[in-house]
Amino acid sequence: MTRLANGGVIDRQRPLRFTFNGKRYQGYEGDTLASALVANDVLIVGRSFKYHRPRGLLTCGPEEPNALVQLVSDGDQPNLRATEIPLREDLEARSVNCWPSAKFDLRAINSVLAPLFPAGFYYKTFMAGRWDFYSRFIRQAAGLGHSPKERDQGRYERVNHHADVLIVGAGPSGIQAARVSAETGHDVMVLDMQESPGGHLLFHPRQIDGRAASDWVSREVGELQARENVTWLQSTTATGYYDHNMVIAVQHEPAESWLKERLWHIRASKVVIATGAVERPLIFPGNDRPGVMLADAAVRYIRRFAAVPGKRVLIYTNNSTPYAHLETFKTAGIEIQSILDLRKSPSEAELSLARNSEVPVIVDARITGVQGRSGVKGVTYQNGAGTKTVRCDFVCHSGGWNPLIHLYSHAGGRSRFEQASAAFVPGERAQGAYPIGGANGTFSLAEGLKEATDVANTLFCESVGNSAWSTPATPATEDEVAYRIDQIWPEKGLKGKAFVDFQNDVTTADIALAVRENFQSIEHVKRYTTAGMAVDQGKIGNPNVIGLVSRELGEEQSSVGTTTFRPPFAPVSFGAIGGSERGPLIIPARTTPMTAWNIENGAAMDEAGANFRRPFFFPRPGEVMEDAVAREAAAVRTSCGIYDGSPLGTFELQGPDTGELLNRLYTNRFDNLPVGRGRFGLMLREDGRLFDDGVTFRVDQNRYLMSCGTGAAGPVYAHIDRLLQTEWTDLNVYLVNVSAAWATMCVCGPLARVVLGKLESDIALDPTFQFLDFRDGALEGINVRVARVSYTGELSFEVNVARRSALKLWKILMEAGKEFDITPVGSETSGVLRIEKGFISPGHEGDNITNPFDAGMGWIVDMTKSDFIGKRSLLRDIKLGGERQHVVGLLPDDERAPVADGSALLPAQESNSRSGFQGHVTAACFSPTLKRTIALALLKDGQNRHGEKVVISGLENSCVATVTEPAFYDPKGERMRA
Amino acid sequence: MLEIPCPWCGPRNETEFVCAGEADRKRPANPEAETEEAWADYLFNTTNPKGVVREWWWHVSGCTRWFQIDRDTVTHEITPVKDPSK
Ligand SMILES: [Zn+2]
Repeated sequence: MTRLANGGVIDRQRPLRFTFNGKRYQGYEGDTLASALVANDVLIVGRSFKYHRPRGLLTCGPEEPNALVQLVSDGDQPNLRATEIPLREDLEARSVNCWPSAKFDLRAINSVLAPLFPAGFYYKTFMAGRWDFYSRFIRQAAGLGHSPKERDQGRYERVNHHADVLIVGAGPSGIQAARVSAETGHDVMVLDMQESPGGHLLFHPRQIDGRAASDWVSREVGELQARENVTWLQSTTATGYYDHNMVIAVQHEPAESWLKERLWHIRASKVVIATGAVERPLIFPGNDRPGVMLADAAVRYIRRFAAVPGKRVLIYTNNSTPYAHLETFKTAGIEIQSILDLRKSPSEAELSLARNSEVPVIVDARITGVQGRSGVKGVTYQNGAGTKTVRCDFVCHSGGWNPLIHLYSHAGGRSRFEQASAAFVPGERAQGAYPIGGANGTFSLAEGLKEATDVANTLFCESVGNSAWSTPATPATEDEVAYRIDQIWPEKGLKGKAFVDFQNDVTTADIALAVRENFQSIEHVKRYTTAGMAVDQGKIGNPNVIGLVSRELGEEQSSVGTTTFRPPFAPVSFGAIGGSERGPLIIPARTTPMTAWNIENGAAMDEAGANFRRPFFFPRPGEVMEDAVAREAAAVRTSCGIYDGSPLGTFELQGPDTGELLNRLYTNRFDNLPVGRGRFGLMLREDGRLFDDGVTFRVDQNRYLMSCGTGAAGPVYAHIDRLLQTEWTDLNVYLVNVSAAWATMCVCGPLARVVLGKLESDIALDPTFQFLDFRDGALEGINVRVARVSYTGELSFEVNVARRSALKLWKILMEAGKEFDITPVGSETSGVLRIEKGFISPGHEGDNITNPFDAGMGWIVDMTKSDFIGKRSLLRDIKLGGERQHVVGLLPDDERAPVADGSALLPAQESNSRSGFQGHVTAACFSPTLKRTIALALLKDGQNRHGEKVVISGLENSCVATVTEPAFYDPKGERMRA
Repeated sequence: MLEIPCPWCGPRNETEFVCAGEADRKRPANPEAETEEAWADYLFNTTNPKGVVREWWWHVSGCTRWFQIDRDTVTHEITPVKDPSK
């Protein structure tokens, strides 16, 4: 147990027990899983992806590449970083990517076979053979954890938010920018990834305004959070910056106890990116050994969590930052072996810090090896004086700083290489993204604060168009050691494994190999070697990869370019993305007034287009689907059925030009339709293909009511509305979608008139009420419009009624029809009745090739009209001629042959003129009326092949069938006109 | 997600709209007078430029009006069109 007696934010009065890789440990409230592991001297936290090398903690933050764990105790979540998991009582976590355990991993054999796994190994090896053979083994070894087996019990939600200024990051620069912006009166939102605000001030003892920086942070943040124009979120990660200044952020553990995560969609006028910077590693053999840690991370564990990674440290650097940490190590009682500095001449300020702490500095030094496999025992280095080995139990290194420019890059901003700081810093701006502080490559606290003031001030002045206000002052800080870095790369052909991407196990040798194999673009090298493509997305490793590529190519680092960062900045849970849209709420089902009645009466429900769920059929006890469908169909054919048609689309069109509009929309004419009558219409797409059909009534001289298929309601509405608003703006027509205002019930069957006639009504059902007429009136005091339309081929009355009265009327009809055994009919039965009649359904027989002539609907196409949608394309079909597929009927020789929709049609006898694919079945069923299998199909030249035999070739069985007219029942339509 | 400036409702999220394609594709006044090539061009081809394109957008989950905007396909910068219904 290596925990300091004092210091840190942990609560020593509240110990917490937890389990990691099956072993019990103890930490404190305030710990992260990572800090508790450091305090418990747990060195190995995971295994690397390819070689399965043992790995320890490299960092202290979300950029951690090694400590990936499965959080067993909280929903068995995979792919979490130990550095980001707050410690809880009874927390249980496991390393991912280890089998059987992190300490003893059988797949470490990969490490011995390392020479066999160079860059591009997978590409080279598995391209040649059968991927499906190899993939079984690779898939088992791949992946970072496993997906949870249980349903996630957590609740999530998604909210939208608008802000004038969004500030990402509550470090010193972010806080100062928030202060200035808030005072201008702007609506300000601040997001911070950590539990507490302060950024790096949480970990480093600095002075602001002559006081401890922590005091400044609490005073400023306290004041800002109290302001009405400031929204402040901690533990919230901005994961992506999208178009038009849309930033998406995940809030972890919101205050509401019932909520696990909240996803914020934030639209801001300006976005200030104050995300800071992360330290990057140095490249040396053994830089991935457990116990080799980034210097800043070690300081964070010591300062914030009082957790000490070792007793004797060796510091390795190419820049000035570690010199400022010496005090921290000393105070924690850590012996500092020495500083190995790659540079030849550290600055006087740096050297004086080392002198004050009595730490020897060895310049121009390079580490050539790290001793110890599962923990550091010592380090071998080279300098002018030769090679030397020293003893230490951990190594802290610093290869400089990477500004976190991810959000800036998501927004479309460019990055450029800045030689002085050896860093990729924001270049050309896109959208309203303003980087400040560390994210902008400004690593000095004083300069970062100044930059924050200036940028926030500029944003305000730009938005109001003047600068006539007194800018708040920038707080003062104490003197700092100037940041100096000299990027010195390891020698070419370095011996031993020196890692540039820890998670994906990419070494200097892999980069060199890729360049040797002529990969020159950094994007190609990245994909070939997989460097920067792991879960950490190259947060710490990318600049090293780019640097090495430029070294190998012999080019300037600035000319190699940089890779583009893409969202998300950190992994986002599916729960957060889905929000409350889970289960039935993903696509809420639309209902009709009769839905509840249908379900109560035993309907088997089914999807029915346009998000409706409707009765499929109504099974009685002991019935299977076929029985129920046969019974329902028989009722319609012999007595009376009732069908809920409410999901159909209904549009009201009004205006003097409505007849003209309909003439242009439909293939047939509507301007000459008498008032009080309906007409069946066929609508085509502009390319001449079937679009929709339905009956349109003329209610008044200038008023029509159009109906269309359920699934087509949306597209048809869009089609008409587009033409009216963008093409035919001269037509005086109003279009209103009244689908949801009406409910429709269709009473159908030879006894329909008798059932309806039992009701008290002013609507005469006499012989003058003919097929396709409609009449307005009242049934049992309920206002209705009754139309004679038939989708079943039987005598039918379609009763249209306001939704609020629909259920009442439905029940009245059920009661009136009781003595005739009126039968509710589902959509499956309705489909069977349609096939029997051979009614064309654009959703089935229309296959994006079928035109009305192919469908046998030439009778409804009036080519003498000057124009209608689709006419020009039909003219081309006619001119082109040739063999087309036609709708036909099929009668299998075996009257009970099962035929599946989509089955292919083949010639019964191959011949020169007929061979191979002939068409397909569009709809098939067992006809309860004809007591045999029937099918509709699209068949090459089908209209000229009636009487021929074809083979219906399904996946499971095939049969021979005779080609017929596509009408099996009452082809003359006498029954529906009765 | 884009923010679309509806001339009648103001800036709203893209999810409320349908993008209805390039606005310069006007239906020929007399389709039968069109050559096969010209008709096919109208039916199937778009200019799909890298840069500014004038588009129809439909505010289907809002005011249900159709209007035009100029959108840069590279930057997504949007410029409202003065008389959006023409
Ligand atoms: Zn609108």
